[in-house]
Amino acid sequence: MNFPILTSLILLPTIGALFLFFTNNKEEKNLTIKYVALFTSIVNFLISIYLWISFDRSISSFQFIEDRTWIEGFINYKVGVDGISILFIILTTFITPLCIISVNNSVKNRLRDFLIAILIMESFMIGVFCALDLVVFYLFFEAGLIPMFLIIGIWGGSRRVYSAFKFFLYTLLGSVLMLVAIISIYWISGTTDVVQLYEIGIDVKYQNLLWLAFFSSFAVKTPMWPVHTWLPDAHVEAPTAGSVLLAAILLKMAGYGFIRFSLGLFPVASELFTPLIYVLSVIAIIFTSLIALMQEDMKKLIAYSSVAHMGFVTLGIFTLQQQGIEGSIIQMISHGLVSAALFLTVGVVYDRMHSRLISTYGGLVSVIPKYSILFMIFALASLGLPGTSGFIGEFLILMGAFKDNFLVAVIASIGVILGAAYMLWLYKRVVFGKLINEDLKKILDLNRSEYFILSCLAAPILFFGFYPDPLINTIEVSVADLINMHNTNIASK
Amino acid sequence: MENLNLVLPEIFISLSIMFLLVLGVFKKDSSKIIFNFSLFAILITTTITINETFSITRETLFNESVVIDRMSSLMKIITLVGGFLVLIISSSYLKTFKIYNMEYPTLILSSILGMMVMISSNDLIVFYMGLELQSLALYVLATYNRDQLKSSEAGLKYFVLSALSSGLLLYGCSLIYGFSGSTNFDIISNQLNSDEYVLTFGIVFILVGLAFKISAVPFHMWAPDVYEGSPTTVTLFFTIVPKIAALTVFIRFLYVPFLNLIDQWQMIIVFLSIASMIFGAVAAIGQTNIKRLIAYSSISHIGYTLAGLATVSNEGIQSSIIYISIYVVMNLALFSCLLMLRRKDQYYEEIDDLSGLSKNHPLLSLCLLVILFSLAGIPPLAGFFAKFYVFKAVLEQSMYFLAIVGLLSTVVAAFYYLRIIKIIYFDKEKEKYDSDHSLWLKFSLASSTILILLYFIFPSQLIEVVSRINII
Repeated sequence: MNFPILTSLILLPTIGALFLFFTNNKEEKNLTIKYVALFTSIVNFLISIYLWISFDRSISSFQFIEDRTWIEGFINYKVGVDGISILFIILTTFITPLCIISVNNSVKNRLRDFLIAILIMESFMIGVFCALDLVVFYLFFEAGLIPMFLIIGIWGGSRRVYSAFKFFLYTLLGSVLMLVAIISIYWISGTTDVVQLYEIGIDVKYQNLLWLAFFSSFAVKTPMWPVHTWLPDAHVEAPTAGSVLLAAILLKMAGYGFIRFSLGLFPVASELFTPLIYVLSVIAIIFTSLIALMQEDMKKLIAYSSVAHMGFVTLGIFTLQQQGIEGSIIQMISHGLVSAALFLTVGVVYDRMHSRLISTYGGLVSVIPKYSILFMIFALASLGLPGTSGFIGEFLILMGAFKDNFLVAVIASIGVILGAAYMLWLYKRVVFGKLINEDLKKILDLNRSEYFILSCLAAPILFFGFYPDPLINTIEVSVADLINMHNTNIASK
Repeated sequence: MENLNLVLPEIFISLSIMFLLVLGVFKKDSSKIIFNFSLFAILITTTITINETFSITRETLFNESVVIDRMSSLMKIITLVGGFLVLIISSSYLKTFKIYNMEYPTLILSSILGMMVMISSNDLIVFYMGLELQSLALYVLATYNRDQLKSSEAGLKYFVLSALSSGLLLYGCSLIYGFSGSTNFDIISNQLNSDEYVLTFGIVFILVGLAFKISAVPFHMWAPDVYEGSPTTVTLFFTIVPKIAALTVFIRFLYVPFLNLIDQWQMIIVFLSIASMIFGAVAAIGQTNIKRLIAYSSISHIGYTLAGLATVSNEGIQSSIIYISIYVVMNLALFSCLLMLRRKDQYYEEIDDLSGLSKNHPLLSLCLLVILFSLAGIPPLAGFFAKFYVFKAVLEQSMYFLAIVGLLSTVVAAFYYLRIIKIIYFDKEKEKYDSDHSLWLKFSLASSTILILLYFIFPSQLIEVVSRINII
């Protein structure tokens, strides 16, 4: 057995958190505490980069598999990665250190506890993307609720209790049906091992119900219209680092789940329910884009834009075309970077002005030019301008959609225009125009750490916008294999 | 000659009780000695139980009226350990109320003896004898803080309702006896067949009586009042130890004498289970007293345990036993926290008293956080696995309705657990509580919390022990 690299990826943040737990919780120790957390997460990032480098792109099967007996004769602790999951792991390990750097200004009290929650969250999120057993997946998927509930509830804004409860109960309600489905799969097929389930398949007569049960969980988490209402609340109230984790990674769990489980395990049902997904996705894209246009709160606007972008993702996944799925994955990665960046840019001005209302701002470009430039990059990436990673994702998704269903693709394209409308309008109202608010004249430009975080995010957005090959390279074979498997399954049924 | 070694635990514990009574009469200020001695007696009894009976598959004694099998020995051990832990963390609470007397450990020992008899019973009369022995001791324990009106009220309520349920039980037993001509479980099992419609009445009466004892809906009315009124340590005893014995008897009745009448009772159990899960979850939402809330939460937990029993499979029974064992640990931890809410010789038991606890008592709050999330059944804590095993067994029998209702009511239940967490973590802090707790209290809290937290690393061990129990 080789070195258990995935398990160490999962465990390392928790070990870091344990270490923090035993350090002295004094104000003057804050810097040390932060360095410990930062060190842990950066080491984790380096390990995941090593994982990416040593990952063999030419084979589609799972790699770095660890398989241990966990509950005798029932569940194995099985983890492994393929081209799809590895990107999400890197996204997680990349975003977490940035979150930790960003807590400087936004988290005032109980810094140690906050960092512990973030690190434990990281463990669970990496676990979700590595798990190759349905029960293990469910465990990580659900466990993430605990730290996120605390992050929103303890360090959140004024309506934090309401938002934390809504977040927790919505997601839990969605997930319990998935648990029923997972146990049923065990009794139907005799295993919950995803790799084995791919091979033996699941009896067609159960697939529809099982698909719906998984869907109920992923739809809430994605979130799809009409169960998206928890997201704006959670985003608005969560502290900046919490919003970043939520938007960048938590939402991606569901998209990943759709690809890995809904498509992989229930091919027949996926085919059957594609119209449902199309309708919900298109509604999400158009409807939430329109809502975003109306928002006066910046964070809320970005939250609604997340719902619209995730609408593209679900649309792309269920085109069941190579381009569509690849586009969805790239869109998720890109949205992970862009939405994280946007929440951080909002966080920057919020820390200074303590207001998220668009009307507070205006004319920022004349006082804080560095900030305005970076904000522009992220706004343009969000609306999918060529040359940014957002473009690659949306373009591939629409290409896949045109192949599959012309009408849906046309309507979704309107969403792209609406996306440009609300993003540019937001940018115009915040950055351009006359400097009316007197307080804004004293506002400071980005400090070193903020500048560093935002540049860290801008670099991959632009890099993958011009040269998406490293991403596509990694996922190509896995996606092709997934579609192959899907088609053979459909043909044989 | 019967092999009396098998009932050595019961014999030893009865002798200890008699000795303690005599000691208590003749020696002044003997409460401390008696406390220590009774702890010692429970330890020895546990050791004897493990040594003498743990390896035995199934043996009967005294004209087959007492049965020693794997289930009985395991359940006895859980009962004894539960009793031991209750006794060990009781003393400082009792001292505060000046009721640190020799009667307390003696009564606990006698009720444990009653439960052990119940657990081993294979005969209606032996069963009833054990039941009454434990009940009588429990009535007195409920009123133990006799200077407080609430405690006396709790004891009286418990006595009246429990006596009523015992009456129903006895009536059911006599009907069963009338049909089968025997009080022995095995003989009843052979004699009964489902053609006799009046027999259903006998089963219903017995099930109602047992449902009273484990406080399953709709026979739960006594639980919140009694739990609230009794001294906290006695409430702790109520919530864990008698439940284990009653559950064992439940399993024994359903799967030995009534095994051929599954059609008659399965629907009843499913109904009890669903009603308890939903009612327990919904009714707990409005509570302000922690002990009342625990009463309702224990009602819903009993619902999940019954769901396992409703499956008519060995996996189901095993999952129920796993559930109750994990439930015992969680409740023990929760009550240890509750016993720590003390300020200047006064104990606090309103939910609002927990407000902002995390600021002044971060460790205690962390323990509560783990315990409450575990009670809510959120992975990766032990409470999730308890539910997971039950639903695994339920779904094996394709009882989808039961599983879905059960899981949806966990979401409702999650709400009130979250509310407590909200109060602890998100609200404004109050005055500090005392932190000079007895070592045993700290120990029991720490060990049970760690058990809940780290159960997921070694889930197989508990399953292995329980999977030796094959009733059907």
